[in-house]
Amino acid sequence: MSTLPAVDGLLADMAEQLRAHLNARQITDPAFVGIHTGGVWIAEALHAKVAPEAPMGTLDIAFYRDDFEQHGLPQRVRPSELPFTVDDRHIILIDDVLMTGRTIRAALNELFDYGRPASVTLVTLLDVDARQLPIRADILGASLALPAGQRVKLTGPAPLQLTLTAATN
Amino acid sequence: MSLTPHHLQLNQQGQLRHFLTIEGLSRELLTELLDTADSFLEVGERAVKKVPLLRGKTVCNVFFENSTRTRTTFELAAKRLSADVLNLNISTSSTSKGETLYDTLQNLEAMAADMFVVRHGDSGAAHFIAERVCPDVAVINAGDGNHAHPTQAMLDMLTIRRHRGDFENLSVAIVGDILHSRVARSNMLALKTLGCPDIRVIAPRTLLPEGIDQYGVRVFNDLRVGLRDVDVVIMLRLQKERMQSGLLPSESEFYRLYGLTRETLALAKPDALVMHPGPINRGVEIESDVADGPQSVILKQVTYGIAVRMAVMSMAMTGQTTQRQLTQEAN
Repeated sequence: MSTLPAVDGLLADMAEQLRAHLNARQITDPAFVGIHTGGVWIAEALHAKVAPEAPMGTLDIAFYRDDFEQHGLPQRVRPSELPFTVDDRHIILIDDVLMTGRTIRAALNELFDYGRPASVTLVTLLDVDARQLPIRADILGASLALPAGQRVKLTGPAPLQLTLTAATN
Repeated sequence: MSLTPHHLQLNQQGQLRHFLTIEGLSRELLTELLDTADSFLEVGERAVKKVPLLRGKTVCNVFFENSTRTRTTFELAAKRLSADVLNLNISTSSTSKGETLYDTLQNLEAMAADMFVVRHGDSGAAHFIAERVCPDVAVINAGDGNHAHPTQAMLDMLTIRRHRGDFENLSVAIVGDILHSRVARSNMLALKTLGCPDIRVIAPRTLLPEGIDQYGVRVFNDLRVGLRDVDVVIMLRLQKERMQSGLLPSESEFYRLYGLTRETLALAKPDALVMHPGPINRGVEIESDVADGPQSVILKQVTYGIAVRMAVMSMAMTGQTTQRQLTQEAN
């Protein structure tokens, strides 16, 4: 457990990286999008630190998952909410843990059903080095090699903490 | 081994695998359905009103009875889930109903459909099909005789919940031809299950079914008494063909006694919702000014109906998938 980093420290570092990224790209009107559930917490924290006046939305990617054929719908699906126009927007897409990349693939597909963004920047708290798709975070809190059979989980919203759990499938 | 509809429609984990009736379904399951429908409602507001959930699946709309609204909203729901849709309108006039059903079933099975949406004039038809087609096919009841119309009930529940928040303190009146109405039956069951404390049915004695008490409702024969202070008024369509059977004196007499007009609506709470499953008969059960008025959510019901049917279809497909896996593991 002691190997897991503190979320607050990662968030401060990510906020710094994100500011630099926005400056370098001359993005003045980003929109923040968090992926349910952990990604929304991280998005809210970064949004408050970096651009509190920017619009903020949430995605529940349940309708876009690639494993409906195996698992069906999860028991709880929340409405996605993007209270801004996606067309020509610079989207900051935020999730907690980048694992296989399948969630991000689903989120990108969902995002494009709302419109054609000018750009998408991927921000994740952790990358656990288990990617199955060519998807990498542009801004990353930390990379982490997990012991076999373990998963890392973000609990929150207050306090935000990382914990190790046994993988269920 | 004939399973009762409410056992037949759940898999071993208690998930929906067919949707035949509200009867026997838990409050949790109905709430999950409404929550899922809320998410699908949001999909209907996007630039691309489509999600890839049922890509590669085939949904068969099998309608033995005419319907425009129900069939088209089921069709739209399936298409917004990216399923392929087949519409079969089958007239029951020429052959006896048992033979027609059997023949049709065999043809449908051969088409390898993943889901049947069934409307039939006979009570129990969807149940009959769910019991006899191959077990992987989800059957959705789109109205069977006088028995049930569960997706209509759930879209009515979604309408009430979106406009009133919950069911805890509501008075809901269902008005009109209760006797012949599958919508009324399904609505009474759904309201009860979701915890509505005051369900009223308002109808002439001739248009009330026997055993109405079992639904836990209050019965009124006088509209002007029954409507007092209700939060929601659900009007039912008066099926004009019932006039001939002598159950009703005349259309104008029915309208005078049971029509929802500006005057009778004023007896309900000032912001009471006006609902109707459609098609409406203006000047028969509802005044035009009321149907088109500020309290009417009749057209919203149609929009909500698409989201509810998307939720039902994806949940039933989930239940079938899980059941298939459970069966494979057991073998």
